[in-house]
Amino acid sequence: MSATTLSETKSKLRTRSRVQVRWSRVATYAALVIAALFYLLPVYMLFITGMKSFQEVSLARMWDLPSGFHFDSYLQAWFGSEAQGITGLAHNFLNSLVLAVPATLGSAILGSMNGYVLAKWKFRGSDLVFTLMLFGMFIPYQSILIPLVKTLQVMGLYGSLPGLIFVHIVYGIPITTLIFRNYYAGIPTELLEASKIDGAGILGIYRHIMFPISMPGFVVVMIWQFQSIWNDFLFGVIVTSRPNVQPITVALNNMAGSYIVEWNVQMAGSLLAALPTLLVFIFLGRYFMRGLLAGSLKG
Amino acid sequence: MRDIKRDRALSLLLISPSVLAIAVFVYGFIAFTGYSSLSKWDALTPDFTFVGLRNYAKLFTIDRFLSDLRNTVTFTVLFLAACLVIGLLLAILLDQRIKGEGVFRSIFLFPMAISFIVTGVVWRWLLNPGTTQTGSSGVNLLFQRAGLGFLRWGWFTDPTIWHLSADSGLGAFLARIGLGGLTTPYVGISVAMFSVVLAATWQMSGYTMAMYLAGLRAVPDELREAARVDGATEVQMYRYIVLPLLQPVTLSAVIVLGHISLKIFDLVVSMTGPGPAFATDVPAFFMFDTTFRGNNFAQGAAIATLLLIVVAVLVVPYLRYTIRTEAEV
Repeated sequence: MSATTLSETKSKLRTRSRVQVRWSRVATYAALVIAALFYLLPVYMLFITGMKSFQEVSLARMWDLPSGFHFDSYLQAWFGSEAQGITGLAHNFLNSLVLAVPATLGSAILGSMNGYVLAKWKFRGSDLVFTLMLFGMFIPYQSILIPLVKTLQVMGLYGSLPGLIFVHIVYGIPITTLIFRNYYAGIPTELLEASKIDGAGILGIYRHIMFPISMPGFVVVMIWQFQSIWNDFLFGVIVTSRPNVQPITVALNNMAGSYIVEWNVQMAGSLLAALPTLLVFIFLGRYFMRGLLAGSLKG
Repeated sequence: MRDIKRDRALSLLLISPSVLAIAVFVYGFIAFTGYSSLSKWDALTPDFTFVGLRNYAKLFTIDRFLSDLRNTVTFTVLFLAACLVIGLLLAILLDQRIKGEGVFRSIFLFPMAISFIVTGVVWRWLLNPGTTQTGSSGVNLLFQRAGLGFLRWGWFTDPTIWHLSADSGLGAFLARIGLGGLTTPYVGISVAMFSVVLAATWQMSGYTMAMYLAGLRAVPDELREAARVDGATEVQMYRYIVLPLLQPVTLSAVIVLGHISLKIFDLVVSMTGPGPAFATDVPAFFMFDTTFRGNNFAQGAAIATLLLIVVAVLVVPYLRYTIRTEAEV
């Protein structure tokens, strides 16, 4: 008698806890879905607004779905409209590419050399040098802008894309050095010692061992640098004043501040400006995460 | 064996371009800015006459700068709190063996890949309150449609500053003991900043989520099991076992997000501008206007130097701590 009650209670308890567990699962997923909706809200707005025809665009109907696929907004954001005096973003998109690709490569190569030396060829004071370099990653760039502009003017680089590339390479050194140093620190020193015995020098070891096995490091660094250079605004707006050399972020900001550009065109322009880094994130998100975590100094 | 000395020299040669660049473009430039901030350089032509701390003293009498300080405090506190809380919550939720974890993670994280300029433009339209002619727009319109019309407000166009009134009992008391300054609008909260915080949190909370998730994954399963065996509930397990282990993550997040919020510029430029009565203005924006539009280089340099000092106070101890603990390992 008592045995049956006991087992009954037990099974009751079990069902209750199972029900509880199920409810907490539902609540967990519900919370995640609500959060996801919040993050996706601006994306929804970007897409539907960009797809709307010019007749459909009104603030009162901004949440409504477009009647069909219209690409007018994208076309106008890309090519501009001579009649309305709107300059498209096509040229600036290209500027950003011409800027981001060499600046990414340049800072990655420098970072890789620095990281190699600071991880495997330590010298007296090398940790201090590393710390001093790292600090450059955190400074508010406002504190170097005035002499930067003067220096670029003296060098004849002010207002040009090569000037902007140069700036991004220099200020990219700290983060790229950090990521590569942490990457190389994880490579066993025995590997180096062995090749030293085989007669390889510092450059030989770099070229034949370190460089080839640091491809994953390069991917992380290059993705990180590409997105931060593509997304940069401050250096762009300071260094380039003429519209035909401005990167896309600066041009988009100008477009958004202009009263003659309709907001659906601004939205379409935003999506165009966001597209390259978004695609990189979608296809190479894994590496993006690694750069992100490295940026907080935890290799 | 190869010549070790030659390799040593080569190693120094390899990093010398970067060391030189950082020495000049970071430290040399900082020194230049610091010196400019003590000079009379208030027009296009440089004038390095030494004037001491005059530019700094003047800053604290300028309405825009005092508003900026208030806004920075508001922004930093709210932005950090929001990112830490939301990031931790999402990380804990994702840590419950979720189906489609990768998809959720990407959704929370993708805003990180986007420029602050894009974020600013999109959120400006999302939070655009609308006018009496157009009716409600953006999120206000959503509220209205959902029957939550009472939630509509001016977002970043609202010039309200919450601060202690001089007429209130406490305000009168403070004035009597010589602390009347605490009742000015400079010691308060600009409600328009909430919109900027919302947009910035949308962009950056995925970062704290990712960091916390990595931290959670590093907590050994045995620890959790041991707590469960000892009869701890899930909440207790997180409260007493997991959260204390996440403290280093929180520290890193505070440093990284804190220095971002002190430097915030792009988002404000593209989303709101200085706002009504500088309700959404920030020091970096003021520095930009003063220096590159107003040509008051000394004043701009003073703002920049103050920014740098605050960031350094936050970051330098952290850098030293991180490098030192790394050396011990």
